[in-house]
Amino acid sequence: MLPVIAFYVLSATAVGAAFMVIAARNPVHSVMYLITTFFAAAGLFVLMGAEFLALLLIMVYVGAVAVLFMFVVMMLDVDFVEMKRGALQHAPMGIVVGGVLLTEMILVGAASLTQSDGGVKFPEDGTSNLEAIGNVLYTDYAFFFEGVGLVLLVAMIGAIVLTLRRRDGVKRQDIAKQIARTREGGVELVDVVSGEGIGS
Amino acid sequence: MSIGLSHYLIVAAILFTIGVFGIFVNRKNVIIIMMSIELILLAVNINFVAFATHAGDLAGQIFALFILTVAAAEAAVGLAILVVYFRNRGDIAVEDINLMKG
Repeated sequence: MLPVIAFYVLSATAVGAAFMVIAARNPVHSVMYLITTFFAAAGLFVLMGAEFLALLLIMVYVGAVAVLFMFVVMMLDVDFVEMKRGALQHAPMGIVVGGVLLTEMILVGAASLTQSDGGVKFPEDGTSNLEAIGNVLYTDYAFFFEGVGLVLLVAMIGAIVLTLRRRDGVKRQDIAKQIARTREGGVELVDVVSGEGIGS
Repeated sequence: MSIGLSHYLIVAAILFTIGVFGIFVNRKNVIIIMMSIELILLAVNINFVAFATHAGDLAGQIFALFILTVAAAEAAVGLAILVVYFRNRGDIAVEDINLMKG
């Protein structure tokens, strides 16, 4: 009985928070609701026996993506209230498309209900979810695993290259210039006449 | 009464629809649009994990993991593009992005 209650509580939280993501006036609140959605989805993952993915979801989304969103929302000086104005004029179109999508997908889901054998089971052979994933991820899927690492590397470099800018008027260390400096260019020997200094 | 595959599929369908609806409603705000895309990807992930559990095959969970990675990369690059666009235009209204007159 407990998993059933947990399922309904978590799904209600996820759906409600997801709706608030698109309905909230303040984008900071939207990010907060997004975090709530991800926590609830992580709970659903645990219910489905995917503990590793649940924790990964929290780490990646709450720890990285949501913080990135928050950072950008707070960094951009945009009038979000002005942006929200007239948003509902597109709502009828959204309701039509969303309604059609939802009806289709729920029909498919309900069809699978009649065909499925009921409860969700996962083969229990004594190994934990983490161990099972590690067993296949680093053997059968090793190539894809490295490919995904490459994707992340390219994304990181891309983000840095996109946002890097050289501003004028900022004193910056030029290492090549420092190394190319010689004694001739840097030191000047002057015969100073006693009592007159090197002024003028 | 037990929770079966279709329960998870319906939750994922609702989340997916909310994501699509969010893109339609918040047409001006790119940040909300990107959050809607994250919601859609989350719904897809729930479907993958539900089917993985249902079929007793770990491949679905592995694929969900890859989707997670690609979603993170997408968010990073998308937000970087957004920051650059804001720096050039001083605004992020997507409806004004028609420089190419497309």
